[in-house]
Amino acid sequence: MAFLLPLSVIIPLGAAFLIPLAQLIRSKKGCPAGEVIALAATAALVVISLCGLATRRTVTTWIGGYEAKSELLGLTGTTLPHTSEGEADPARPRGVVIEQAVPGSAAAEAGLQEGDIITGWKLPSDKRFGPVWSMNELRRQNAALEPGSIMILQVERNGSTLEEAIKAGKSVAGIAMVGDGLTRLLLVIIGVVSFTAVLFSLSYMRTYTKLSLYYSPLMLMIAGMNGIVVSGDLFNIYVFLEVAAVSSYALVGFGVESEELEASFKYLVLSAVASAFILLGIGIVYSLRGTLNLAQIAEFTQFAKPNDAMWLALAFFVAGFGLKAAMVPFHAWLPDAHPSAPAPVSAMLSGLLIKASGVYVLARLVFNVMGVSTAVAYVLMTMGMLSMLVGVLLAVGQWDLKRLLAYHSISQMGYVVLALGVGVEVLAKQPASALGVPPVAALAIFAGLFHLLNHAMFKSLLFLCSGSVVHQTGTRNLKELGGLSQRMPLTCFFTRVASLSIAGVPPFNGFFSKLLIVIAVVWAGHWFLGGLTVLVSFLTLLSFIKVQRYVIQGELPAKFSRIKESPAPMLVAMGILAVMCIALGILLPLYGSGLLKPAADSLTQLAGYATSVFGG
Amino acid sequence: MLHAVLPFVLCLVLFIIGLYAISVKKNLIKVIVGVIIIHNSVNLFLVLIGYRVPATGSAIAPIITPQMGRDAMDVRELLSHSVDPVPQALVLTSIVIGLAVVALMVVMALRLHQKYGTFDLTEISKLKG
Repeated sequence: MAFLLPLSVIIPLGAAFLIPLAQLIRSKKGCPAGEVIALAATAALVVISLCGLATRRTVTTWIGGYEAKSELLGLTGTTLPHTSEGEADPARPRGVVIEQAVPGSAAAEAGLQEGDIITGWKLPSDKRFGPVWSMNELRRQNAALEPGSIMILQVERNGSTLEEAIKAGKSVAGIAMVGDGLTRLLLVIIGVVSFTAVLFSLSYMRTYTKLSLYYSPLMLMIAGMNGIVVSGDLFNIYVFLEVAAVSSYALVGFGVESEELEASFKYLVLSAVASAFILLGIGIVYSLRGTLNLAQIAEFTQFAKPNDAMWLALAFFVAGFGLKAAMVPFHAWLPDAHPSAPAPVSAMLSGLLIKASGVYVLARLVFNVMGVSTAVAYVLMTMGMLSMLVGVLLAVGQWDLKRLLAYHSISQMGYVVLALGVGVEVLAKQPASALGVPPVAALAIFAGLFHLLNHAMFKSLLFLCSGSVVHQTGTRNLKELGGLSQRMPLTCFFTRVASLSIAGVPPFNGFFSKLLIVIAVVWAGHWFLGGLTVLVSFLTLLSFIKVQRYVIQGELPAKFSRIKESPAPMLVAMGILAVMCIALGILLPLYGSGLLKPAADSLTQLAGYATSVFGG
Repeated sequence: MLHAVLPFVLCLVLFIIGLYAISVKKNLIKVIVGVIIIHNSVNLFLVLIGYRVPATGSAIAPIITPQMGRDAMDVRELLSHSVDPVPQALVLTSIVIGLAVVALMVVMALRLHQKYGTFDLTEISKLKG
């Protein structure tokens, strides 16, 4: 199973490079070879992601070889301040002060205690002690040793000098690709939505020119998103984030009309700032922990309390990924960028990109890597609540169909972040004990991820429906549309399904996930937030009644009396998503334990992530 | 102490100058320059994280030569005197990514100039935001 993880990145990446080549060979008009390659690649991704579901345990693939290194486990410390000076002051002791030696770890076994000063180290065969300048350096010295070998530390304790032998633990070099429950859920979502988006593009994109320039960035974006989801390494997440982001800038501006270029530029600038924040956060984490591997950072989190610098890094991450996810204080770019893209790309951006590069990474970092705390929980809950409310209030007044849908993306992602925030809060207040994870937290996280899955399906469907309407009528202004159910019955049927899903009407999938979120929020004691969630749901329904009223029902304008239903590939793509919208709700008992439960478990295990990565 | 902190202060100042340019300036090109300044400040920060001052001698580049493997003392000398190579690898990658982003921004700005005939952001505002 382990080879599936790199494959899920390599296939779209290869397709992205093959498509321009295929275009060179084929005729100038259209891009049949490119279309075939894109469709085959995304179909392969669906198959791969479904195959991945066969296993339940965490799969780790090491790129660049799994090389065990030795590691000083269970030891954290700070460097004595003299080493930041250019000149060493001989009067002051030099070395590293131990902050914590975790009980049961190699450090505690060696007899190291809090407050000890490590002043030197040597191998058993050496005569003299070498100097110790910083904790990171001590780690690196240690990393050059064989795993399991002994390192002797010179320790000052209460004025006397001692020698303690510490056994080197095992660590890893190489880049990790980690597939756990959450990764598998995201891979399935990305596979299904990108397959339908490519299928939809076959007909829809015929109105554009330079199609090889369309499919290539599209594949690159899929590769980037799959890469974010499978990397177990902080810097790799950043690189794939940028791969996905750069190709999405190009796709937003694909129409090269003035509005599209303007939206793309705005998106570019804000997203570049977000990336800078994220990279700053990564730098701080590296300087504190000396590693970029998520699982290794998580190992530290198990025993080290976050210090001020770690909080700063977390703040940078929340700002950066909040911008990428378009949470409310940072949402300004989304209502411009998402509607400006061609419809299938809008579906990918709203359905996938803000989840993979925003919410997914934020959840992974907060739950598994940096550790939960009530402060983070309140930040997440506030962001979620504001996004939910502001998004829907701005959506109600919109007359541009795609812009209305884009505001609803902000609102619906607010639900997900709110649910995850409640999960963080409960886990921070009552950590998992022998009795297991607190059921409220488990439910909140399950509900949040369920809504994430559902939102991917119905929001992509809505954007595809809007694309179908625009393709046939040439306008997306609600005031100019009307009565389309007479001429485009199937598109209108799919729009109805998606609208009812997003508004949370039973028996569609949106109802179940919103119900679970409301139950979890109220169970956690937040009556006000529960009420607000229901209110936002009503406002969503109101806004989609408006869509029904002005697009599907009403008088058919005379100029649209000759329009036809959209071509078959578009209908099939929408049909797949519409079936998903109905099936995901009703069939929850069938697939919930195989798809969503493992995903929620991989978040609720918190820093146990490290154990599952190294143990699996 | 001061001269160890000053480069980090420079980073912060550059970052804030970049943010200022992005949020206040009305010229597309100045906004792009702001993004470049932000990129550079973050890259500088990463390099600074990897740099360190050994107590004896001066810092050396983290290069492993073929002769080094035979003598363990050489390796230890390298480990205790070299700067951290990982942030340098990160900076290389980040510079390449920054190049791609800035190139795309410049192309967008040129296309916008073709459409509107100006780089002034107050005149490029068909979208409501």
